[in-house]
Amino acid sequence: MSPLLAQVEIRDRSTDTCVSDNGLYPGWIADNFDRYVDPFFQHVLLTVVAVAIGFLIACTLAVIAYRRRWLINPVTQVTGVLYTIPSIAAFFLLLPITGRGFLTATVALVSYVLLIIFRNVLTGLDNVPDETKDAGRGMGLTDRQLLWRVELPLALPEIMAGLRIAITTTVGLATLAFFAGAGGLGEQIFADITFKSNVVTAGGLAVLLAAVLDGAVLLVQRAITPWTRAAASR
Amino acid sequence: MNDFLDAIEFIFDEHTSPAGGAQVGGLSNMWELTSEHLELSLVAMAIACAISIPLGLWLGHIGKGGFLAINASNVGRAVPSLALIAFFVAYIGVGFTNLTLALVLLAIPPILTNTYTGVRQVDRDAVDSARGMGMTGAQIVRRVELPLSLPLIFGGIRISAVNVIATATIAPLAGVVTLGDPIINVNTYGDEGRLAAAIVVALLAVATELVLGGVQRAVTPRGLKLEGGGRWRRLAFGMPNNRREAPT
Repeated sequence: MSPLLAQVEIRDRSTDTCVSDNGLYPGWIADNFDRYVDPFFQHVLLTVVAVAIGFLIACTLAVIAYRRRWLINPVTQVTGVLYTIPSIAAFFLLLPITGRGFLTATVALVSYVLLIIFRNVLTGLDNVPDETKDAGRGMGLTDRQLLWRVELPLALPEIMAGLRIAITTTVGLATLAFFAGAGGLGEQIFADITFKSNVVTAGGLAVLLAAVLDGAVLLVQRAITPWTRAAASR
Repeated sequence: MNDFLDAIEFIFDEHTSPAGGAQVGGLSNMWELTSEHLELSLVAMAIACAISIPLGLWLGHIGKGGFLAINASNVGRAVPSLALIAFFVAYIGVGFTNLTLALVLLAIPPILTNTYTGVRQVDRDAVDSARGMGMTGAQIVRRVELPLSLPLIFGGIRISAVNVIATATIAPLAGVVTLGDPIINVNTYGDEGRLAAAIVVALLAVATELVLGGVQRAVTPRGLKLEGGGRWRRLAFGMPNNRREAPT
């Protein structure tokens, strides 16, 4: 009995010092890694859902405003205010309306990315050279065909640049989503903010997620805009 | 809607803390929190400007370090502000100075990137004519490149200032009592205190954005306004410039 007890005691003390030292212990991280898995996937879900919804709304607004120019200023101003309101404040402003949880966090994150994507899609469309559009019209394309086959494809570099910025900022802001009761990696950071192993693991996962998602969008962009590489290598 | 009315009442009238004892809320308490919030943000912004504007001007002028200046923003965006502050708390400790340092790190990248981009966007002909008039490098920076890149520099300052004000909300985690205190210590201030703080933070951010937007318009040289119309304000996010050649 006694050797076992001694062993338990030693192990207990070692974990105790480890956590109370607040140090960086690879062993602790390896042993406790599973506590970061669920928050990580909550984080991924929050980011992807918010950016996807924001992308749909902002793209639609931009395409409409591209044809009806008077809409540009009001849409820019409204989305500009939403962009400016700090998301942590937005969570609590929404709380009385949408309650605690995923919905509140998503609404706040969506409202943040609208301006980024709207402005980039619109700039992308505006940057399509007139002669290219004229050529499309000359080939007999209707307005709708021109939009889908000429203007939107040529606007892809700006659109994808906006998407990348939206994704990396949303990963960062989603670390605050736990204030709205939506979990995520921020909850782990907040749970023990003085413990180095914890902060490095949770923060590192967030940075890693931002880098991976950013890289994924970049790969998609390369794949769907082959002509930009051809132009660059010339 | 009642929640919002309670929160607004909290801003103007003192309440007894739900935790018992102390009085919270009311204009003097809110002002105390707001002034600490502003002081922290201002100090951090001042230091960040003092570092990144000269650095960006210099790198832009000699046309080197573009990779660093442009990617600073990308890296900065990828590091969540909460993670940055937690990192400082865990490794350096709490307190006003440490937190200011963290906020300076947060504020530098957008200003640096925008200053660099601003200088590189200055019409090369303008720089050449300045040189032809016999201006020295320092004079070119001060009298040609700086004025012509001011709109973009202020664009960077705007982004950073709003971001710093937003992040100063989580300052209580590092032991600095800002407007984030009612948000993080909800037991002391109650739900209406938390909502009240959220309202004030939101107003503060929007006001900063409006004021700096006004300053940005005011410092834009008249020549640029005539030439570009709304071009400066409508730069796409993350695109080095706004013009593109026709694909061939």
